[in-house]
Amino acid sequence: MALDELKIGGMGASRRRVEDNRFIRGKGRYVDDIVLPGMLHMEILRSPVAHARIKSIDTSAAWEVPGVRLVITGDTMASRNLAWMPTLSYDTQAVMATDKVRFQGQEVAAVIADDPYIAKDACSKIVVEYEQLPPIVNPFQAQSPDAPLIRDDKETQTSNKIFDWEIGDKAATDRAFEEADVVSKLELHYPRSHPSPLETCGSIADYDRATGKLTVYMTTQAPHIIRAAVAMVAELPEQMIRIVSPDLGGGFGNKVPVYPGYVISILASILTERPVKWIEDRSGNLISTGFGRDVYLQGEMALRKDGKILGVRMHTISDHGAFYADAQPTKFKIGLMHSAFAAYDIPAAHLTSEGWYTNKAPGGVAYRCSFRVTEAMFFQERMIHAAANDLGMDQAEFRKVNLVKDDMFPYRTAFGFLTDSGQYGKCLDVALEAIGYSTFKQEQEEARKRGKLLGLGISTMTEPLGAGNSREYDIIGIKMFDSAELRVHMTGKAILRTGAKTQGQGHETTWAQIVAHELGIPADDIVVEEGDTDTAPFGMGTYASRSTPVAGAAVAMVSRKIRAKARKIAAHLLEVSEEDIEWELGRFYVRGNNERGVTIQDCALAAYSNVPDGMEPGLENNAYYDPPNLTWPFAAYLCKVEIDPQTGVWDVLNFVAVDDCGVRINPMIVEGQIMGGLTEAYAMASMQYITFDEEGNCIGSNFMDYLLPTSWETPGFELHEVVTPCPHHPIGAKGVGECATVGGPAAFVNAVMNALEHTGVRNVDMPLMPNRVYEALQTGQDVSGAPPVKGE
Amino acid sequence: MYPSRFDYDAPSSIGEAVAILDRSGGEAKVMAGGQSLIPMLKLRFASPERIVDINNIPGLDYHRLDADGTLRIGALCRHEDLEFSETLAESHPTLYAAAAVVADPIVRTRGTFVGSVCHADPQGDWAATMIALDGRIVAVGPNGRREIPMKDFVLGPFTNALAYNEIAVEAVIPPAKGKARGGYLKLERRIGDFATASVAVALDMDGDVVRRAGCALAGVGGKTIDANAAISVLNGKPLTPDNIEAAADAVAAAADPRTDHRGSAAYKRQIVKTFVSRILTSVARTEQKAA
Ligand SMILES: Cc1cc2nc3c(=O)[nH]c(=O)nc-3n(C[C@H](O)[C@H](O)[C@H](O)COP(=O)(O)OP(=O)(O)OC[C@H]3O[C@@H](n4cnc5c(N)ncnc54)[C@H](O)[C@@H]3O)c2cc1C
Repeated sequence: MALDELKIGGMGASRRRVEDNRFIRGKGRYVDDIVLPGMLHMEILRSPVAHARIKSIDTSAAWEVPGVRLVITGDTMASRNLAWMPTLSYDTQAVMATDKVRFQGQEVAAVIADDPYIAKDACSKIVVEYEQLPPIVNPFQAQSPDAPLIRDDKETQTSNKIFDWEIGDKAATDRAFEEADVVSKLELHYPRSHPSPLETCGSIADYDRATGKLTVYMTTQAPHIIRAAVAMVAELPEQMIRIVSPDLGGGFGNKVPVYPGYVISILASILTERPVKWIEDRSGNLISTGFGRDVYLQGEMALRKDGKILGVRMHTISDHGAFYADAQPTKFKIGLMHSAFAAYDIPAAHLTSEGWYTNKAPGGVAYRCSFRVTEAMFFQERMIHAAANDLGMDQAEFRKVNLVKDDMFPYRTAFGFLTDSGQYGKCLDVALEAIGYSTFKQEQEEARKRGKLLGLGISTMTEPLGAGNSREYDIIGIKMFDSAELRVHMTGKAILRTGAKTQGQGHETTWAQIVAHELGIPADDIVVEEGDTDTAPFGMGTYASRSTPVAGAAVAMVSRKIRAKARKIAAHLLEVSEEDIEWELGRFYVRGNNERGVTIQDCALAAYSNVPDGMEPGLENNAYYDPPNLTWPFAAYLCKVEIDPQTGVWDVLNFVAVDDCGVRINPMIVEGQIMGGLTEAYAMASMQYITFDEEGNCIGSNFMDYLLPTSWETPGFELHEVVTPCPHHPIGAKGVGECATVGGPAAFVNAVMNALEHTGVRNVDMPLMPNRVYEALQTGQDVSGAPPVKGE
Repeated sequence: MYPSRFDYDAPSSIGEAVAILDRSGGEAKVMAGGQSLIPMLKLRFASPERIVDINNIPGLDYHRLDADGTLRIGALCRHEDLEFSETLAESHPTLYAAAAVVADPIVRTRGTFVGSVCHADPQGDWAATMIALDGRIVAVGPNGRREIPMKDFVLGPFTNALAYNEIAVEAVIPPAKGKARGGYLKLERRIGDFATASVAVALDMDGDVVRRAGCALAGVGGKTIDANAAISVLNGKPLTPDNIEAAADAVAAAADPRTDHRGSAAYKRQIVKTFVSRILTSVARTEQKAA
């Protein structure tokens, strides 16, 4: 008899997360938990100023502190050709400043000592003389003719501009605008935010001169790419490099890049011939590591009176900080910004982009954002909201007119993506029903009598998840496939390894469920291991919601290879030919005689004890999966808010989320991902941003200034599902990790804007802090949140 | 967290603690709840040579009412003790309202009322309530006890009137002359955030007439703003809408906010005005209902 899939923890089982057994007991093993014999500790001295020439660095007093083993400056790095490193966007980035500091928090020196207290004490003894230069905190300052040249280290650089880029059909779009009855325009700034994983970045570099082997324990979401990068940067042979990414306390994209601290700790270990641990402090993480967003978005929409969208123009101005260090497919200068409007049937679109250097930390494209998709979808839904208003059309109705219909898939978007499947209208209907859309106007009237302003906001979007197919996607030339390796042991238990790297998403739980689904081996019998480049197969890591779409598919494919071999063994054991073998979950049987069968465990034992003549023993295999396309989930997020007009404070009354992420492997984990994402969306909409003052000081360098919402203020979320299996994924799953963060913010903002509609205000920049909402109410003007912050 | 090196003492009597402070000649710091001191150590804004932890001193974790209604809060009374205090719920509406919005629930289990007042953070909540309620601090030093009225206690941002060898052992709040009414409203960006603006109002009511009105503000000035004079326009008057409006305007004028990333000076002033008027209106409503 076939097994009950839910009982063995297969697909669809809300199986408890196996990794939580250690996490909730405080038994996780993070980088900082690892202690190696003879280990030293490193502390980084960071620049207090945003833009300055370094006149001198005096480290003599630091060397005198008892317990100090090494002091490193830019000169030390330069002498090893390590002062600069390549970025993932073909730019260069300072590992340690030699000539100038280009943002507040940049690495200027490092002390390696017997303990972290000593290292920190000694850092404060280093004297750096700075000659201050004018700081630039937004792209508009960067464009000014008398702006100082930030990247004077680059011979070919004559201005602060990094790139111009465009995509789409300009001529067709121009025509659409000529035919338009109404043109709607919108401009906004998506502020810089930070992923803020609870665990900051860190590494332990352990170089063994005797063996020549370098082992680095590192907080990385992509250990295999890091190995390649270290081989290139440090000029070490790749087989002598082992990157281990142990338990990660969150990543959200923050742990994709190669950070200076990692590189410095590696050199420190080579120089001291001892393991060197570097653990970044909170401020270091917030001010110097990969942020998200910081893009100015401008757009206009050509509309026909009946509500049909004819075309879209977009222009983006992105602030990349001092080094262009985004991680993104190399073909796309501004990531997947052109995924904007993918959910809508729009004939023509044209996007132009420019990127600028500023005196801010480098490395955008982090924070559950899937290569700028967050900005794209936010702008899309804000633009849709504005356009519906300009047409005088109902928000839901306008979307229904323009959303791609079920029978149009696969659908080629105006920017050239091929969306795979979906039931957009159904998702929206479920959401409208759940929030009580039909009675909202009445509710709004009643609230007005109480002196409160009610607003309802809609965000409907699809996004490209699961980077990516190798035709279009690569990171520094490496194709974006992923891998899985499965070893079934003699007793039918198994170990599975993938090239992805879990950071809290629950791979240890869900991967086992896919294997259980494919092979009928109970999920509890399967151990999942990731993150050690010496043992795991090569993969591109976990970000861009790519694990399930790519590595998860590889898990299914490798399981199928195992099943194919097990089938041969089964035929041998049952003494029939392979063609006479049938499969049901967990066992093979002889066609027409269900009683006569062997379990997958029987086959596993036979693989090591009784294989047919000519067959290799063992039951293990691997699979590399190059997806045919991205996966395209859909979500409808609806939010209802109430504003107190005397203070600008707004509360979420109700939030409905309808997600269609295809087949759900573990519904509980999916819901957790959505809840987490919506919380982050709420954070960005309401309180969370990093800004800068005129001096280039980072405001948001600690958790008293950079606000993460707690359970106290986070609203409740009502979740619903619609399931449209992904047509090209082996188990029908789509990515889901980022949907809520990507699509959520616009729902909150549109709700507040809806409540402000009578004032004529078109936009208030996020975060919608009470003072901004109040200002909009008082002045009837748009409120910009772009840096520098207003002071006195 | 990697603070500078310090020595640590945890004496078991006030006398001993004072003696250590005295010997340290200004290089030591008292630690009560540690919820302000430890962050300062972490950021190395404070690098004292010695920490004198008073948590082992018995008998300081009280808050109680004297027979005449005087409220006494010992140096180890935690925010949380006040948040869940039945005594306060009935007798001290201003303090009771503030207790629920000081910091977050975790910090409230450790942080102390007296420590917060000593810390003299311009955004701190308790100092504002103390000024509005005309409280005083009892300090013990090598030469014995003295009482310092709140108006003389906070000298500036993070500066109080204690000598280096003195410990604040108790906060004293005088009894209300009449019915104690009032409230505390705080605008924060998130739980655990310091005030963008907050307002403490304490009223002694005689029937429907205000006998004495007290008020202080946090977050809207370089130090806690003493708005007692401003709100005294209410003294001897009933809480009519006009009187409330006049008081709210006067208090808003006493605020001294700065424009920053939390909002413009004008916005913060508006919040002060709104909050004063909301607290007073709510008192007026409850009084009306009672009557
Ligand atoms: C995350 C967080 C959020 C917070 N939010 C708020 C908030 O919203 N509102 C608010 O008001 N506060 C807030 N605080 C501060 C908190 O209320 C502190 O508890 C309080 O400010 C200090 O009390 P403490 O007992 O912890 O003092 P400590 O940290 O122990 O000491 C603070 C200072 O006072 C001195 N001191 C303490 N006790 C005495 C004494 N008996 N005699 C002499 N000197 C003494 C110390 O030497 C030190 O200089 C927050 C703190 C944190 C960590």
